[in-house]
Amino acid sequence: MSAQVLGVFAHVDTTVDAILRLKAGGYRDLTVYTPVPVHEILDTLEVERPLSRVRLFTLVGGLSGTTLGFFLTIYSALRFGQVTGGKPIVSIPPYVVIAFELTILLGGLATLLGMLVLGRIPRLTPSAAYDPRFTRDKFGVAVACALGQVQSVRDILAATGAEEVRS
Amino acid sequence: MGVVALILAAGIVAWTAQIWWGMGMAGKRTPEMWAMYITTFVFWIGIGHAGTLISAILYLFRARWRTSIYRGAEAMTVFAVMTAGLFPLIHAGRMWFAYWLLPYPNQRYLWPNFRSPLVWDVFAISTYLTISVVFFSVGLFPDIAALRDMSTGWKKRIYSILALGWEGSDSQWRHYQRAYGLLASLATPLVLSVHSVVSWDFAMALVPGWHSTLFAPFFVDGAIFSGFAMVLVLIIPMRHFFRLQPYLTDRHLDAMAKLILVTSLVLTYFYVCEAFTAWYSGEHFEKASMFARATRQYAWAFWLQYFCNSLVPLVLFRKRARTHTPTLYVVSLFVLVGMWFERFNIIVPGLAHDFYPYTWGTYVPTVTDTTIIIASFAWFFILFLAFIRVLPSVSIVEVKETLAAPFKTPRAGH
Repeated sequence: MSAQVLGVFAHVDTTVDAILRLKAGGYRDLTVYTPVPVHEILDTLEVERPLSRVRLFTLVGGLSGTTLGFFLTIYSALRFGQVTGGKPIVSIPPYVVIAFELTILLGGLATLLGMLVLGRIPRLTPSAAYDPRFTRDKFGVAVACALGQVQSVRDILAATGAEEVRS
Repeated sequence: MGVVALILAAGIVAWTAQIWWGMGMAGKRTPEMWAMYITTFVFWIGIGHAGTLISAILYLFRARWRTSIYRGAEAMTVFAVMTAGLFPLIHAGRMWFAYWLLPYPNQRYLWPNFRSPLVWDVFAISTYLTISVVFFSVGLFPDIAALRDMSTGWKKRIYSILALGWEGSDSQWRHYQRAYGLLASLATPLVLSVHSVVSWDFAMALVPGWHSTLFAPFFVDGAIFSGFAMVLVLIIPMRHFFRLQPYLTDRHLDAMAKLILVTSLVLTYFYVCEAFTAWYSGEHFEKASMFARATRQYAWAFWLQYFCNSLVPLVLFRKRARTHTPTLYVVSLFVLVGMWFERFNIIVPGLAHDFYPYTWGTYVPTVTDTTIIIASFAWFFILFLAFIRVLPSVSIVEVKETLAAPFKTPRAGH
């Protein structure tokens, strides 16, 4: 059985302190809620995490856009086979414009998709630890731990200055 | 709001009349097949550019002053592009065939001609609209979540749906920040490309006065210039009525006024280049077109454009004028008028006086097209007013970010 303990903090430094102490205590499964991105907190958490994979989505989306742009223009020009303005059937310079626009379009949409998929959005029900104060001015540290460890997590959170601890 | 809605209704009636009786209602006679609709289309696309410039380019440059204005500016972009997008449809007459521009295998066995700048335009504008909407809504998620947690009842339910369950967890912020930065880097080249593509609608044609390599930077600069003027026209009253002075400070106005001044000077340089090139090229038709624009039936519009875009903004050299809101407001209105006429001066006199005297003509505005154009402003303002009513017009999250984060033990030298 696992349980979840939540500590609500009012300050950045106490939150960072709690995260560091929890990590030192071997608790890895932390979720930290903040009203704005706070680099001190994100940096503390990110030490052992890889860079966000959103950029991979952007890259794949962008490259698919370029490919699609050139494919669409060249394929349709060959299908239609009509010479206009004395230009070659496959005239690359104007097609660059289409390929460029589609690169941006699909790159942007893939970025949005990446953000949603990786951030687990949209979610229909709020997660158990969520508290409306976290979009306002409080910081929350949610720790997933085994049932037997609840008390020790509560102690760490209280010791680091949590305003409220609940499990 | 009532007056604005009435004007919009008049525009819809005028459009219906135009569809019913045909394009003659809009004063279209050969050779003036592009007139005020395309002028207004280019005008609105241009307006959108300042929004993306503020939200994306200034974000990449880490210009902190953008924080309190970017949301309003971004909304302006989305609504301006939505307004602009209507004009090719209105202009095309039978707008129910507009889908012919989309490339897909169809039973007509037809594909759009990808060598045509008009098709590039379809791609550029629809990409621009989509990316602007995406960028705008990504910035909104955390703010809507904050609204959701503050509101009650049916409002809470609507905001809950719009916030998509945003919770501000560390992993959400991590991906959010990365995505926001990437979107800003995608939007930056996009915004420069969109107005270049719009300018190629003209520059790719052989019409004297249009066929110029100068057009892309010329249009982009003009777009940013008019866009900033529109931002000021929108945020000066907003700041006054909602008492946003602590967020939209004199520093913001000063910074925007400086940008208007710089873009005005660049634009003046382009005007000089345009006239100089027409003369120096020795090209007979180019010279004749330029001369006709400055002296013939549309000369008043030509000189009005110079007055509004090159002379009036010079006031902003004075520091007092840059922070004096009534002055800024009046200058911005002049800029908007001037920039609308700049597009008019490219399109209408350009077509009125091309190679062959037999095809020269004069376009006279009609009640129908004038009403539709005025109504487009009503449509834009209705969207904008609705936006500031229901969504945060100043970014909650980014303003909080600029405040000092709460620390129990104050840090030294941070």
